[in-house]
Amino acid sequence: MLEKFIFGNLTLDAIPFHVPIIMGAGAFMALAVLAVLGTITYLGKWKYLWTEWLTTIDHKKIGIMYIILAFVMLLRGFSDAVMMRAQQAIAVGHSYGYLPPEHYDQIFTAHGVIMIFFMAMPLMFGLLNLAVPLQIGARDVAFPYLNSLSLWLTVVGAVLVNLSLVIGKFAATGWLAYPPLSGLAYSPDVGVDYYIWALQISGIGSLLSGINFTTTILKMRCPGMTLMKMPVFTWTALCAMVLVILAFPVLTVTLGMLFLDRFFDMHFFTASYGGNAMMYVNLIWAWGHPEVYILILPAFGIFSEVVATFSKKPLFGYPSMVWATIAITFLSFIVWLHHFFTMGAGANVNAFFGIATMIIAVPTGVKIFNWLFTMYRGKITFSVPMLWTTGFISTFAIGGMTGVLMSVPAVDFQVHNSVFLVAHFHNVIIGGVVFGYFAGVTYWFPKIFGFKLNETLGKCAFWCWIIGFYLAFIPLYALGLMGMTRRLYHYSAETGWHPFLIVAAIGTCFVALGVAFQIAQVLVSIKNRKAYRDVTGDPWDGRTLEWSIPSPAPFYNFAFTPEVSTRDAFWDMKEKRAQEGPVTQTPIYQDIHMPKNTGTGFIIAMFSGVFGFGMIWHSPLMISVGLLGMAVTWIARSFNFHTDYYVKAAEVARVETQA
Amino acid sequence: MSNKGMIQWRNVLLLGLTLLLSGCDMVMLNPKGMVAAAQKSLLLDAVGLMLLVVIPVILLSVFVVWAFRSGNINAKYAPEWAHSTLLETIWWTIPCIIVGILAVMTWFTSHSLDPHRPLKDTGKPITVQVIALNWQWLFIYPEQKIASVNFLQMPVDVPVRFLITADAPMNSFQIPQLGGQIYAMPGMGTELNLIANTLGDYRGMSANFSGDGFAGMNFIARASSQEDFDKWVASVKKTSKPLTIQAYKTLAKPTEEGPVQSYSAVADGLFDKVMMKYMQPGMEDLGEKDTSQTKDTVKDTTAATANEER
Repeated sequence: MLEKFIFGNLTLDAIPFHVPIIMGAGAFMALAVLAVLGTITYLGKWKYLWTEWLTTIDHKKIGIMYIILAFVMLLRGFSDAVMMRAQQAIAVGHSYGYLPPEHYDQIFTAHGVIMIFFMAMPLMFGLLNLAVPLQIGARDVAFPYLNSLSLWLTVVGAVLVNLSLVIGKFAATGWLAYPPLSGLAYSPDVGVDYYIWALQISGIGSLLSGINFTTTILKMRCPGMTLMKMPVFTWTALCAMVLVILAFPVLTVTLGMLFLDRFFDMHFFTASYGGNAMMYVNLIWAWGHPEVYILILPAFGIFSEVVATFSKKPLFGYPSMVWATIAITFLSFIVWLHHFFTMGAGANVNAFFGIATMIIAVPTGVKIFNWLFTMYRGKITFSVPMLWTTGFISTFAIGGMTGVLMSVPAVDFQVHNSVFLVAHFHNVIIGGVVFGYFAGVTYWFPKIFGFKLNETLGKCAFWCWIIGFYLAFIPLYALGLMGMTRRLYHYSAETGWHPFLIVAAIGTCFVALGVAFQIAQVLVSIKNRKAYRDVTGDPWDGRTLEWSIPSPAPFYNFAFTPEVSTRDAFWDMKEKRAQEGPVTQTPIYQDIHMPKNTGTGFIIAMFSGVFGFGMIWHSPLMISVGLLGMAVTWIARSFNFHTDYYVKAAEVARVETQA
Repeated sequence: MSNKGMIQWRNVLLLGLTLLLSGCDMVMLNPKGMVAAAQKSLLLDAVGLMLLVVIPVILLSVFVVWAFRSGNINAKYAPEWAHSTLLETIWWTIPCIIVGILAVMTWFTSHSLDPHRPLKDTGKPITVQVIALNWQWLFIYPEQKIASVNFLQMPVDVPVRFLITADAPMNSFQIPQLGGQIYAMPGMGTELNLIANTLGDYRGMSANFSGDGFAGMNFIARASSQEDFDKWVASVKKTSKPLTIQAYKTLAKPTEEGPVQSYSAVADGLFDKVMMKYMQPGMEDLGEKDTSQTKDTVKDTTAATANEER
């Protein structure tokens, strides 16, 4: 009885001692965590960790932590990809490979969930945190404490997904967990519950971030920066955050109803008693389609910044770019049905959503031409961010074409759910989102850390990634046309798919090499950080405000709030300085109003983790401790009236002269 | 340097692909029925239309990047040039025209290739009721009053009207060489009209993940002459046992890579009952109480003996 109260359904049987692959991976993860904890203890850094990182509300440090989370989860998600490619390369005919279906099904589910929610989303929020306040001349985001809460909620979601590897199991339903498969009848174990609570908790974090950044961009721009003078990355961030605010509540409600179905035996999505699984498919894609634009729009913004900087020209057709972004934002909400043309809707409905989808190709095409003509008559230097951008343009053109192709319903009937679709969305997500975010990390790295990343290793990583991408995914287009469905753990030899899947596996090896080069790049750059130091604060000859301050950016960002009158504000300042000569008078610094660090976000998130874990295992104790802990921390916080302080002018002067 | 490298790699890749493609069977580009043929030509038309923009963009992306590299001292540099109404009008217009053409094609083909729509000028269709099970396919021929599992036979050049449901999680019914797919969902009826215009055996499958046995959820779709079809129906009637409700319940139990089977008769309204099972409280047992379960199950397991079809 007491045991049930504390642990709920959790017993030692939940740990799969008999599956060596899982136990190996679990042991590896446990060792990694122990190594990190041991190192912190050995170096005596616990206090430093708490005061400088866990309780920080500095957007730059929060951004760094988001990006670390994203790269750790990239390694996990990529390991899943390698396992799937290896399985499909050998599981043909009489060979059933090394993974049983119940394990393989968890792997492709985890791969999708991790890559979208715990790799791409944190990387996106990380880059927004690094760059947006700096680009608009702000000292922090609008709600710094909320920002820290968002981060830690995302981390808790990621921890839950990883826990499911060792304690219990993860969903084996595909990354969107369609009922009835994800219902109690077909998935009675905890896999889908892990899925629901990992996404609910991190989804709340995403929604709060969306509100935070929308407010920041609308209310905290420096004087003179009208909307049409904002850097394009900030524009795309604003549009993406509006999408977050509109789309994420849909996800929360949908997963909430799935939870009610599973926990209280309700019938929202089971066919019996008036429920309807098709409604789930509808709702999840009403979030899911805007989600892909939440990811790609900031990547478009990064490409716009990179192309202008490395071509030494203003972005071509800025108003067109802004309106194209707004058009995509609007259209992204009226196309979700193209994910299920095959569910039996009538011809008028299918045709409407097909045409709405292909209309998105117009503003996207305009963007591509504007980037090309930004480069036209420019002076292009091929630094790593620019390489990712050039690689993106042609890759994305192919991915965009196959996307429009599938927006034609009659064509979609054939290629829907085939690996042609898998090739398409990896084509736009790797070729667009991932390349863009990598470009962004390389581009803003010196601003945050004060030194550049190694160029040679970055270029090696780029070539491995792009070669690996084409080798891994072009064969999938062909396989799709050969009738290969996605999510197969085994296939018969007569299909003739085997050679293509071997090529795809070789492609994955190239990508693995690219990832290895990236790890080496970071390590080598840290080792040589003195030699790679950025002393100017403007390593790329940039155009926007973030490059006007020293690198690494001081914790208060701007000693003086900048005033701008043009789009490429910093470029303009530099030109004026070149004409009028450098400023000679000594600046008179003033006190700066800043928010105080707080551990509240971290503590609330930890309690949310206890609550989530309790919900997964039906433990009354954990559920109550989690809920109570969250509520008490939240109420205590609202009685804290000392949440801000002033940085003294003398301190500002000291930091500025040091830089 | 870097761009040259990129072009070379592309060439290697293209050559490799051409070699590979020559030895394989692109079922979707090798249609055996008029629906699949129409879908194939639509696919090729749409690709061709889009390549009109995509190829220039790719060429331009290579050319511009190379021509305006900072090392090229002959290249013009216009540091302020960031707007041209004429150029921008052009590239707002071109995608609009192409998408416009594609939209017209989409509107008409969405109607002409609507899965619910009976095929034109092909004569009187036969009906096949399809039930996706965990993880097998049951095909009921209501006109011939027989049923078959994991094997589908149909006369060539005769349209087939598939009525589709599931007694399992969502699946998708697809025979790529005959045409596109439609979801098979519990408590829900969908419809698909296809025709085979060439004799042969075609691969059919589920295209929507439905659990552990999903990978083995394949079947052969055989397009035979009318004469052979009639012979097959007659032999099934002679050699198999009937598909009673009890036999169905046994069949519907989770089975991975199940054998081909056939049934000489089908319980009345089985397809509708399977649908109503999910819609009408009290129909979970298909309207037949399991009182004499032990006795019936034994009888029906023997009834569902494997046919020698595969």
